[in-house]
Amino acid sequence: MSGTFVGMPAFPKAAHEAVRDTTLRANLKHATHTIRDKRARAVAELDDWAQLREAGKQIKDHTLRHLEHYLVQLEESVTAAGGVVHWARDAAEANRIVTELVRETGESEVVKVKSMATQEIGLNEHLEAEDIRAYETDLAELIVQLGKDRPSHILVPAIHRNRGEIRDIFRREMGSWGRPAPEGLTESPAELAEAARLHLREKFLRAKVGISGANFMVAENGTLVVVESEGNGRMCLTLPETLISVVGIEKIVPTWQDLEVFLQTLPRSSTAERMNPYTSTWTGTTDADGPQAFHLVLIDNGRTDALADEVGRQALRCIRCSACLNVCPVYERAGGHAYGSVYPGPIGAILSPQLRGTASEIDASLPYASSLCGACYEVCPVAIDIPEVLVHLRERVVEGGEATQRGTRVTLQPAKGHAVERAAMRAARWAFTHPAALGAGQRLAARTRRLHPRSLPGPGRAWSATRDLPRFPAESFRDWWQRTNGGKDTAK
Amino acid sequence: MSSRDVILGRVRQALGAEPAGPPAGPPAAPAAYGTGIDRGYLRRHGERTAEETVELLAENLTDYRAIVHRCWGTGEELADLLMRLLAERGAGSVLVPPELPPHWLAGVDATRVHDRAVSTPGELDRVDSVVTGCAVAVAETGTIVLDGSPDQGRRRITLIPDHHIVVVRAPGQVVSSVPEALGRLDPTRPLTWISGPSATSDIELDRVEGVHGPRVLEVVLCQDSR
Repeated sequence: MSGTFVGMPAFPKAAHEAVRDTTLRANLKHATHTIRDKRARAVAELDDWAQLREAGKQIKDHTLRHLEHYLVQLEESVTAAGGVVHWARDAAEANRIVTELVRETGESEVVKVKSMATQEIGLNEHLEAEDIRAYETDLAELIVQLGKDRPSHILVPAIHRNRGEIRDIFRREMGSWGRPAPEGLTESPAELAEAARLHLREKFLRAKVGISGANFMVAENGTLVVVESEGNGRMCLTLPETLISVVGIEKIVPTWQDLEVFLQTLPRSSTAERMNPYTSTWTGTTDADGPQAFHLVLIDNGRTDALADEVGRQALRCIRCSACLNVCPVYERAGGHAYGSVYPGPIGAILSPQLRGTASEIDASLPYASSLCGACYEVCPVAIDIPEVLVHLRERVVEGGEATQRGTRVTLQPAKGHAVERAAMRAARWAFTHPAALGAGQRLAARTRRLHPRSLPGPGRAWSATRDLPRFPAESFRDWWQRTNGGKDTAK
Repeated sequence: MSSRDVILGRVRQALGAEPAGPPAGPPAAPAAYGTGIDRGYLRRHGERTAEETVELLAENLTDYRAIVHRCWGTGEELADLLMRLLAERGAGSVLVPPELPPHWLAGVDATRVHDRAVSTPGELDRVDSVVTGCAVAVAETGTIVLDGSPDQGRRRITLIPDHHIVVVRAPGQVVSSVPEALGRLDPTRPLTWISGPSATSDIELDRVEGVHGPRVLEVVLCQDSR
């Protein structure tokens, strides 16, 4: 399997294939159910959860509304603390900047902390093409990298793999990347973790360049925050001489105090722990402790386009906890790969089409990768109304209209393949504004009930193949209301 | 035009329809910002005595597989305890931050290794244990925070050895909650928050202790010695 998402089929096709993979479904079901039950217990421990959620939402909204101000403030404070700030408008520019920074160190190897931003821009692939080897050091990312696979979950990228598959990957691949897997490696999680420890430690100890993302950046003092569990983050953030952090511009919080909200909501929402095992914060460089060169690469890559959309903008509040993935009935069955993006699940379904636009088939299909059940909104620790944005993006796909792409206002054409739906919507709109015609149509439909097909013809067949067609009522509601005087005549 | 100007221009354009906010001109003071956000959440969860807060810390540390010891006696008792803990792990060498109170390790036989700027990660990798103080401990989450003060040393010394013993002065260094902890910390220092030993849940969500950080975390709760 290729490590890239380019050329992915649209969601319905990818999901159709994924749901027939019974191993995948079993792995996913076990994982998502385990973590969603644990999350509910961890959240229930805090009786001010609703207030924390509201504060998180407000802090992020405030920051986004004044993003220019906070970006400039962040740049000043990072610079004052000894860091160097770089700006990248898209993936290509970010990759170029990072490559140059690595080149300047004279190194051809880097160790990486798991980072959604660097996956989003395809940094590893780019570095490889430039003869720089990037080692993922998060256990799950290591499994994905060694397996020449793609991540399928934001938090647990190898959620789709079971222990037997992981053992096979380690045995087969570790040797060609460094220290081979120990002889007789079994599929016990403890042994697998130990194999990863030994394999990676030799890389940590010699690494001169580390690359990370960040969970938060504090504008007022230029502090960056990385939360993690394994200690691989601490290794990459502490041991190398040069640290390069690649971070989306939306990851800012204004003040140090704001972390009191997110350091309570993020761990409980993501790993369902009171606190993740390790959190590292650093501010520029510190004499004799940690990297002596620090570079912060701020990336736009479509974020300002999302910012320009007043409904869609709320997706930028996301703190990447992945709680929405674990409760989503669609994600649970289709898995992360079907979304064709580094951001899978409900949040991916609204984030990716905004960051990348809706021109491609996969991006146009993502707003439909949902049952709109609303569970994702319920668990979101920053109260992103994902269903609202999904519906908004569906409208954009079907109707076209104004949007911002790479900073320019454009008028989008309706997506191809939605002609039937559009025609139906137009007809419905006409009917609802012409009551007499609607009433006549309903009566006609009721009288011809016996002639109604059980499945739809033509392009509708795909829809009705997996659903029961609703039976038409013998009498329309309006007729019933008139006949019975609003139900009063039949009340007794 | 530089990418910086392009991005800031896009941000401005994206928010063009927004009402003009305070950030015209110099940065808004944090106080002005603070008033706009509804911080109706709790500063701590529940009322406890100082002793109860320390108990909660011990409970939550244990829940995440840290090993908790108590030492409410004299300075000598702490030295004896640390000696025993290091001996139990068979520690032949122990990393010592520059200003760890000398009497803590008075009874320890293990070779003391001081973290020097020239010492390589490979050298630190050969040390068995490390003993440090801490900056603050958070009871509700079972978290120890290190801030690189001289009794804690550089971040690398608590990262590479497989066995970390932290001494927490109680109740003085123990707070209830994350908000209380942040208020005590200096963000300009490099901070490490530790909640139990290194762990991963990446394999079928089975929690496994000990991947890259210290696999054994022992916390000694000792009386404030003022």
